[in-house]
Amino acid sequence: MINLESPKKFAPLIGQARQVAREVLRPNSRKYDLAEHEYPKELDMLAAVIDGLNDSGSGGAGAAGVRASSDKSAGNRNGTNLSTALSIIETCWGDVGLTLTMPRQGLGNSAIASVADDEQHRRFDGKWAAMAITEPDVGSDSAAIKTTARYDAETDEYVLNGTKIYVTAGERADLVVVWATLDRSQGRAAIKSFVVPRDNPGMTLVRLEHKLGIRASDTAQFAIEDCRIPAANLLGTPEIDAKKSFAGAMQTFDNTRPLVAAMAVGVGQAALDFTREKLAEAGIEIDYDRPAPLQTGAAQTFLELESDLEAARLLTMRAAWMADNRQPNSLHASYAKAKAGRTGTDVALRCIELCGSVGLSEADLLEKWARDAKILDIFEGTQQIQLLIIARQLLGKSSAELK
Amino acid sequence: MNLTDRGMALGLRALNRFAGLEVIDRIGARGPSERVVRVAAQRGFQAASTIGRTFQPRSGGGQAARLQPDRRAAGQFDLTPTDEQEMIRDAARDFGATELRPAALQADTDGRTPDGLLARSTEIGTTMLGVPEAHGGAVEERSAVTSVLLAEALAHGDLGLAFAVLAPAAVSTAVGLWGDADQQATYLPAFVGEDVPAAALAVQEPRPLFDPFALETTATRDGEDWVLTGLKSLVPHATAAELFVIAARIEGDGDPRPGLFLVEATAAGLLAAPEPAMGLRAAATGSLLLQDVRLPAGALLGGGDPAVYAEAIRLGRVAWAALATGTAQAALDYVIPYVNERHAFGEPVSHRQGVAFSVSNMAIDLESLRLTTLRAASRADQGLSFARESALARRLTADKGNDIGSQAVQMLGGHGYVKDHPVERWYRDLRSAGVMEGALLV
Repeated sequence: MINLESPKKFAPLIGQARQVAREVLRPNSRKYDLAEHEYPKELDMLAAVIDGLNDSGSGGAGAAGVRASSDKSAGNRNGTNLSTALSIIETCWGDVGLTLTMPRQGLGNSAIASVADDEQHRRFDGKWAAMAITEPDVGSDSAAIKTTARYDAETDEYVLNGTKIYVTAGERADLVVVWATLDRSQGRAAIKSFVVPRDNPGMTLVRLEHKLGIRASDTAQFAIEDCRIPAANLLGTPEIDAKKSFAGAMQTFDNTRPLVAAMAVGVGQAALDFTREKLAEAGIEIDYDRPAPLQTGAAQTFLELESDLEAARLLTMRAAWMADNRQPNSLHASYAKAKAGRTGTDVALRCIELCGSVGLSEADLLEKWARDAKILDIFEGTQQIQLLIIARQLLGKSSAELK
Repeated sequence: MNLTDRGMALGLRALNRFAGLEVIDRIGARGPSERVVRVAAQRGFQAASTIGRTFQPRSGGGQAARLQPDRRAAGQFDLTPTDEQEMIRDAARDFGATELRPAALQADTDGRTPDGLLARSTEIGTTMLGVPEAHGGAVEERSAVTSVLLAEALAHGDLGLAFAVLAPAAVSTAVGLWGDADQQATYLPAFVGEDVPAAALAVQEPRPLFDPFALETTATRDGEDWVLTGLKSLVPHATAAELFVIAARIEGDGDPRPGLFLVEATAAGLLAAPEPAMGLRAAATGSLLLQDVRLPAGALLGGGDPAVYAEAIRLGRVAWAALATGTAQAALDYVIPYVNERHAFGEPVSHRQGVAFSVSNMAIDLESLRLTTLRAASRADQGLSFARESALARRLTADKGNDIGSQAVQMLGGHGYVKDHPVERWYRDLRSAGVMEGALLV
């Protein structure tokens, strides 16, 4: 039966995530925005709390919570994909950067949760995993990555070589999930993901980026030179199967894109809530019954932004809900990511205009949210990549036809 | 301005004044009523209906019947329709494809709902959804969501004809939701039979910055009676309807507030004239002129409760959002094969990102509109406030509906601009959907 409200059973989880956002993340927002690259030590205690939430059975509070449920019962399911998205909306209402650097909640954890087998899942459980896809010359075109993985039969190891950039939480994580190709001549089918322990001597931290926003979250570059890892650290199948394997790697995105969309919804909501408050102080209330053209320009803009954010939130919830119910959701994950990515940025930037210098000043957080939001329209697939995915699906086009 | 131009301007002004004199002299009034009378003088209003049936007043025995919403599964996020909803939606989709789409171009051109279409539409239960079982209704639960799914499916056939077909349902739904026992007994039986009357809910008034909560049509208490005066705009089936629900500002009865009145077409002083517009033409829109229309005390719906009126306006906005969703889907479904088949520069135009991304954006906007509309309706069914959600759905209807209609024409280029393809009609209809107030309910 059709109902688009947040599930009642997630109310405690959402409430706790909101408390974390209000009591821990917001109070530390500015501190780590200014002190880029400094480790937010407040998060260690918080991570323990979140582990507790995850174990409580009320669903995941972080990115690690997207492991497909083994529940095969018929009927509607509200599972960890949805609960994770909803709690991420709340923590990103608090702070996107701090959410991204929440211990053990990295996007690499999502990859492990999505595609690891049971043995790997056990072995990597409780570890913090970052994700390394992008290279200096390869961004959106992830099928073109140059990092290589060579199987060494003598030691039953893979030997990795290459350079990885833009690794979120790369410095702080315990593990890095590295995308590499087994055979560059075989294109995307040969691309696999490998779990590399952070202390592996073959993987060295080259530098940390200085960024527009999400400064609380470290963004690392790695040089990978003759980096040896056990063969059992390959996620998924070692076979180069033109049909399945790259799709397998990409399948992670079906789970993580709704989460990044959720981040954008959270930061957009923060901007909108702040602006509603400031407008009220200036004597402007939003009237939902009165037609927009009869209200002030500020109220009209607000209604427009709020409607876009509402849509982004619902598209995000649907994509996560479909994942919970094992419905193919890559089209809907892209709807969510495209809509939320553009909306988060648009909302934050236009809220600044409504708030004037209050919006720009570092005395408040709106200017920071506008900087933080922009990355969410870029990583885990840019706006343009989402539009390509959507168009190819709707038009029935291959990547060769619609480039 | 040179001397010749100034002479020309003066001449034109004098000519215009002369031409207008006849009308102006007859008025002698100012303000809203001036506008009312002037329109009446210009448009050739006629008695709203001379052939309308007489609704025999019946007593309902004191207790009004109400459909109750189904709240079994409340608490879980779910986008799966019930079996009953799926059945209704599929039937409506089929009706839209076989009865509405093929008739749409002619109906739009003629500004006329095809003969017999209203009667045929009752097969899919259009006017029965809001009618309680006790009065012959077909469903067990009250569900705005079901009405949204029905409206969306019909509008996939054609927006203007879907509006035409659903307009009488706004009246039966209003009486089902807010009518007292006598009103239900008097009016509902007509909507569950085979000979369903054309009927319309009239809220819109013809002026810029129209606010449905600040009406200029007035209902003044006179003894026990109500006397209605004013002008309504873009009323579906205005010249053919047999029953109206008309929104008017209640005066002389406590606080002035907007309310809804049941007005039979045969009422003295009720005049109607065709008012064809840019869109929604298949619903034969017209103006209604109320000149001291005298109604019995029992004509007021919902006891004049402002909450009832606000609910009506919100449900109307959700209904228009649902129609826009259906037609936006039709536009997307029409554009996709077109851009795949149309070749330019040696390949399908869809192989260009400039075209392909427009398709993606149409789809994103459409899904945004769909989910926001469904949420507003599902909140209404759960008894939650939905003022905010209906306002956001209305915002997206106006913003994204326009964009989708415009992009649909753009994707077909010159072909989109001519009537060989339906997209120019949907462009007009989608623009209209984001402006309309009332006239529909979910």
